[in-house]
Amino acid sequence: MARITMREAISQALWEEMERDERVFIMGEEVGVWGGTYAVTKGFYDHFGEKRVRDTPISEAVIVGSAIGAALTGLRPVAELMTINFAFVAMDHIVNEAAKLHYMFGGQFRLPLVIRAPGGGGRQLAATHSQTPDVIFAHFPGLKVVSPGTPADAKGMLKSAIRSDDPILFIENATLYQLRGEVPDGEYTTPLGKSRVHRPGRDVTIVTYSKMVDLSTKAAEQLSKDGIEAEIIDLRSLRPLDMEPVIESFKKTNRAVLVEEGWLSYGVGAEVAARIYEQALDYVDAPIKRVAQKEVPLPYNRNLEQMALPQVEDIVKAVKEVL
Amino acid sequence: MAKVVSMPKLGFDMAEGTLVRWVISEDEPVEKGAVLAEIETDKATIEVESSFSGVVRRHMIEEGTTIPVGEAIAIIGEKEEQIDFESLVGSEKAGEEEKVDLGKGEAVKEATPEQAGPEKPEVVGVEAVAEAGQLPEGVRASPLAHRMAEERGINLLKVSGSGPRGRIIKADIEAYQEAKPAVVEGLPMGMPVMVSEPQLDRQIPLSRLRATIGRRMTASTQNVPHIFVTHVYDMAAVMELRKQINAMLPEGEKTSVNDYIVKAVALALREHPSLNASLDEKEGEILQHGQINVGVAVATDNGLLTVVSHDCDRKPLRLISAELKLMAGRVRQGKVRPEDIEGSTFTVSNLGMFGVEHFTAIINPPEAAILAVGAVREVAVVVEGEIKPGLRMSTTLSVDHRVSDGADGAQFLQTLAKYLEEPLRLMI
Repeated sequence: MARITMREAISQALWEEMERDERVFIMGEEVGVWGGTYAVTKGFYDHFGEKRVRDTPISEAVIVGSAIGAALTGLRPVAELMTINFAFVAMDHIVNEAAKLHYMFGGQFRLPLVIRAPGGGGRQLAATHSQTPDVIFAHFPGLKVVSPGTPADAKGMLKSAIRSDDPILFIENATLYQLRGEVPDGEYTTPLGKSRVHRPGRDVTIVTYSKMVDLSTKAAEQLSKDGIEAEIIDLRSLRPLDMEPVIESFKKTNRAVLVEEGWLSYGVGAEVAARIYEQALDYVDAPIKRVAQKEVPLPYNRNLEQMALPQVEDIVKAVKEVL
Repeated sequence: MAKVVSMPKLGFDMAEGTLVRWVISEDEPVEKGAVLAEIETDKATIEVESSFSGVVRRHMIEEGTTIPVGEAIAIIGEKEEQIDFESLVGSEKAGEEEKVDLGKGEAVKEATPEQAGPEKPEVVGVEAVAEAGQLPEGVRASPLAHRMAEERGINLLKVSGSGPRGRIIKADIEAYQEAKPAVVEGLPMGMPVMVSEPQLDRQIPLSRLRATIGRRMTASTQNVPHIFVTHVYDMAAVMELRKQINAMLPEGEKTSVNDYIVKAVALALREHPSLNASLDEKEGEILQHGQINVGVAVATDNGLLTVVSHDCDRKPLRLISAELKLMAGRVRQGKVRPEDIEGSTFTVSNLGMFGVEHFTAIINPPEAAILAVGAVREVAVVVEGEIKPGLRMSTTLSVDHRVSDGADGAQFLQTLAKYLEEPLRLMI
């Protein structure tokens, strides 16, 4: 097992899949000569050449639209958006075309498309460049929306995404690129659409994904000092949403805290809570609590930004409130 | 034209009322003066008469609802009349608001914290009760606790909850054991075991009457310095007189011992106006009442109410007796009228019928005194060196020391002796 960053893990996944299948290619702003805004594709241009590592105009509509076209004709594009905040200008391509073409043409086409997009706040990029709009995309049937919380998952899930014949939005939390973690040696893939137990526990179930897996783990370590053992479920995929490990855990703990970086209203926590109440009402021993971003456009000011984002202390507090 | 019936003000200090029962349903005809609904105030349940004739077109509130005085409770109109209920009630309300505005100066003055304060717990209480009624099986328990209780055959009403707001949670069900009789440990083997079913704790929401009694009596004990003066009376003459009088009266009109005491008290108060008085702290004066209105405490299942015989010193005994009987009956049926329970200047509380020998009573503000009356008992008395059977009754007067003194009380009790021990004085 090697201990590498999530940036390296994603880079490895792309490299391995491009080596494995020559239909796989990368396109996006600055992914080629520059090596990627977050240096994920550094060295790719020299190794794979300009045909498979394509720099694009600054137009997300072009990036996603032409990637869709390429996918329809049998290639396996990995389109990179510089941030998920720019996905809004490609919204029609993402939700009306990528998510629906297979369906609209009666299954005649598959769409083996991966859209990679970094998201999340906490880097003082101000309100328009710091959003976590994951649920917006997860709302549309036809699109798979996944977001890893560890380097190992990032690598395995991206490899699965590239091999999948479905359109997939692969959301990377930009603050996680530096996160280090154990990654299995050699070739492996991680199934998409499967939640997993990230940390076993007995007293409360924390359901979360992406960056909040890391914060929840830190919260669980603090809670452990008080004798509280939190079980953390990493959803990994928002659509499809795999509730099985969540329900199984909840039946054991009877209490849940749902943590996400995005805003509270209509969020992942709201969906998970509703499903717990639907599927495990008889196991509810306390009202379920949600931890999420304060409902404001994220401030630029560092202190205010941190206040608006969920913190480890917020998770600890919420857990204590449901116990 | 359609008319609005509002929550009536049934007493000077009534701020809100609870509609207990609709007597006339929607779409039923009603005559002016007929009983429309029953309303519970702080003091009693009172019948509300319709001020209009017509058809009850709509109940504006449901049974059990508490609303402020003056708000709409029903709309009475013609059978087929088109009524815009919203605007009708709205216009009434607007009128109300205007009235409030006109009286602003006074309203502000009245809203002192002491007056506003005690009302709050009552409102919370009402809400809490309503909420408890809506909870599944009437208890606050988590869904998991509900299921576990069902599986284990545990009555959730017996389990106390340790969760937020007393919610019964999993841990409470797990910790719950059927209540076994508490027996001291270390007893020898073979002791008989208690077999009767355990009695359950019951949570009974405070009725408005209970809450009012509690509030007033707490205020009295805290604010009124009580002095207690006890006097024992020879009741032989009253008992003999009563026997003779009752022999002449038809069934249902017979007099009670208490009637004689009430009349005697009223006459004695004439001679001791200092005890037929109220302290007005604001003005720094004592108000000696011209009227002598003797209140008589009546026990009901829900609490204590005082019915009032007005101008009692000027009424013949038989009239006092009949009045008290009628009003006490109304109290016990929950049909008391506001005038039955208002305006007392002195109270008599008699527990003699329960065999009580002696007790002390708490003054009912703003009155200055209250007389606690025990039972007439046959006792051995010493008369001129010889032990003889006698009839004695002990009374204890509680006096507000801010208004009067122990000596006044003692003299009043002496005067009372004049009337009780020579009861013909009650008749002349």
